[in-house]
Amino acid sequence: MTTKKQIQDFIVLNNKKINSDYFELELKAPVKLPEIFPAQFIEIHIENAKDTFLRRPISIHDIDYDKNTITLLIQIKGEGTKTLSKIEKDASLNIIYPLGNSFSIPDKKEKVLLVGGGCGSAPLLFLAKYLFNKNIIPYILIGGKSENDILKIENFGEYGNVFITTEDGSLGFKGIVTEHPLLKKEVEKHNISKIYTCGPEPMMKAIAKIANKNNIACEASLENMMACGIGACLCCVVETTSGNQRVCCDGPVFDVKNLKGWE
Amino acid sequence: MADLNIKIKNLELKNPVLTASGTFGYGEEFEDFIDINKLGGIIVKGTTLEPRQGNPYPRMAETASGMLNAVGLQNKGVDVFINDIYPKIKKYNTNVIVNVSGSNIKEYVKTAEKINHLDKIPAIELNISCPNVKQGGMAFGTNAKSAAEVTKAVREVYKKTLIVKLSPNVTDITEIAKAVEAEGADSVSLINTLLGMAVDVNTQRPLLSTVTGGLSGPCVKPVALRMVWQVFNAVKIPVIGLGGIMNANDAIEFILAGATAIQIGTANFIDPQISIKIIKGIEKYLSERNISSINDLIGGLKMESA
Ligand SMILES: Cc1cc2nc3c(=O)[nH]c(=O)nc-3n(C[C@H](O)[C@H](O)[C@H](O)COP(=O)(O)OP(=O)(O)OC[C@H]3O[C@@H](n4cnc5c(N)ncnc54)[C@H](O)[C@@H]3O)c2cc1C
Ligand SMILES: Cc1cc2nc3c(=O)[nH]c(=O)nc-3n(C[C@H](O)[C@H](O)[C@H](O)COP(=O)(O)O)c2cc1C
Ligand code: FES
Repeated sequence: MTTKKQIQDFIVLNNKKINSDYFELELKAPVKLPEIFPAQFIEIHIENAKDTFLRRPISIHDIDYDKNTITLLIQIKGEGTKTLSKIEKDASLNIIYPLGNSFSIPDKKEKVLLVGGGCGSAPLLFLAKYLFNKNIIPYILIGGKSENDILKIENFGEYGNVFITTEDGSLGFKGIVTEHPLLKKEVEKHNISKIYTCGPEPMMKAIAKIANKNNIACEASLENMMACGIGACLCCVVETTSGNQRVCCDGPVFDVKNLKGWE
Repeated sequence: MADLNIKIKNLELKNPVLTASGTFGYGEEFEDFIDINKLGGIIVKGTTLEPRQGNPYPRMAETASGMLNAVGLQNKGVDVFINDIYPKIKKYNTNVIVNVSGSNIKEYVKTAEKINHLDKIPAIELNISCPNVKQGGMAFGTNAKSAAEVTKAVREVYKKTLIVKLSPNVTDITEIAKAVEAEGADSVSLINTLLGMAVDVNTQRPLLSTVTGGLSGPCVKPVALRMVWQVFNAVKIPVIGLGGIMNANDAIEFILAGATAIQIGTANFIDPQISIKIIKGIEKYLSERNISSINDLIGGLKMESA
């Protein structure tokens, strides 16, 4: 994936509120989009947000080559994302893209599992769709604190078999993702050959542990704090078996076996 | 068209715009966005004798109008630079300058000696001002005596243009500038980052793994500008100014205050094309005012009341 990186102004086609914490932005590219792969991300420049100086990294959630648009699924966290949530149709946003590597896609029909939560659903839905188009129907396990964090379940349902957990039990299984019976049933019986995960780090680490214990391949997409997003500053590093690597360009996807402290 | 050529000792630059160490990788990271050859020069990441892992994550925290970093000179060491990186970047038709760092004088000297043999590296920038390493680094740059000692020792082995990068974390920066000038520095560049800190009130922990880190970006510009002005008035060697330059006007402020050349650092993260835009902006400024050469602007700050 050595697609040339670009910097351009995209136009906001649609800004849709999902619930009080999440929104979705559809952005039109000024030139024909290159092929983009699941887990790749963009760096957005957010103007007029208080104390927001650096760009913000956001995963590509969906891409429509016919309309020449990308869609983002964003959680309101601080000033940057709050300002972005109020952006109006037809406004322009300066974007650097496409950044990072991507999840590796099996070339034959395999049983795979996607595990995520919150804004981790953003790259995972893109991955689910990508796998589905390659005739791979994944298991999808989505977790969150409450109902509010369980996003776009109907869409996930189009591409795979969906399982839900919430910590407060407001939707699906009550508990955390790692406690879901699906893991016992499918992972421990080795019916699954690969796990993909994106979400809060403690969740990803717990999933990695289960994968390692059962000798199942596992890829995690990390969300380290970034300054440049293009490999120049060395701020976003993660410790790996081959030294510190940059999450923005050596990742964001890593084989969990190579991550120190994820054993 | 205005003449943008400048000279720093024997170093000829086609324009006064360089990119700052640690913010521009090895240039390659920016090839998709700009033509590197159009820059006055690039200064690559701080290089040490031995490989360094740098500091643990988290290494970065955003601040109002800037950022703190605690990268801590992560690099693969001078030998890997010479064998693997240099062959890839020597093709650039611009000045590739290596930022050299160390924990003791011997390390600085050995690293400089090795780089002295590289044909396509016309200058080094001696980093005696990194706030993010436990030993050496800033310790050399905050004391006139040790700054003089390390400059003297490197000057003995390094024959090409020697730039010394100064720390702003001192009481009187002119004293350090004069000390390194006296030991043969061809130029001084300033400022490196200002020592700073940030706290997360939710976790009640520091935001950086090292507690303190280096502040950069537009929030440091007034301090940097003041120091460039003071040093310009204290030494005879050319001054290279940096710290918070975000656009051509910022760059011109530094040139008026006495900078012969300027460096773009943190601004590269916000706009990877900013260095080229700043070159164009400086050119436009000169043309609009019928100033034929950038050299006529250096230190041109008007002090008499209008
Ligand atoms: C590769 C990558 C892909 C991402 N994809 C998405 C996505 O698709 N959707 C989404 O909603 N979010 C995504 N994020 C996280 C998103 O970048 C942050 O939530 C955002 O930068 C917060 O900005 P803010 O100004 O709103 O909050 P700030 O005020 O800057 O921070 C609020 C809180 O958010 C956390 N935060 C800030 N920056 C980051 C960061 N870079 N990574 C993680 N946490 C951060 C901090 O811990 C802070 O406490 C991604 C991050 C990375 C690195
Ligand atoms: C992430 C980062 C890494 C840096 N690494 C180095 C370095 O290796 N050597 C050095 O001399 N300065 C380093 N610096 C300092 C910059 O070169 C520059 O002096 C400083 O950031 C002020 O300029 P600015 O405000 O334009 O960024 C680094 C700065 C940043 C932000
Ligand atoms: S964010 Fe700068 S190297 Fe990754």
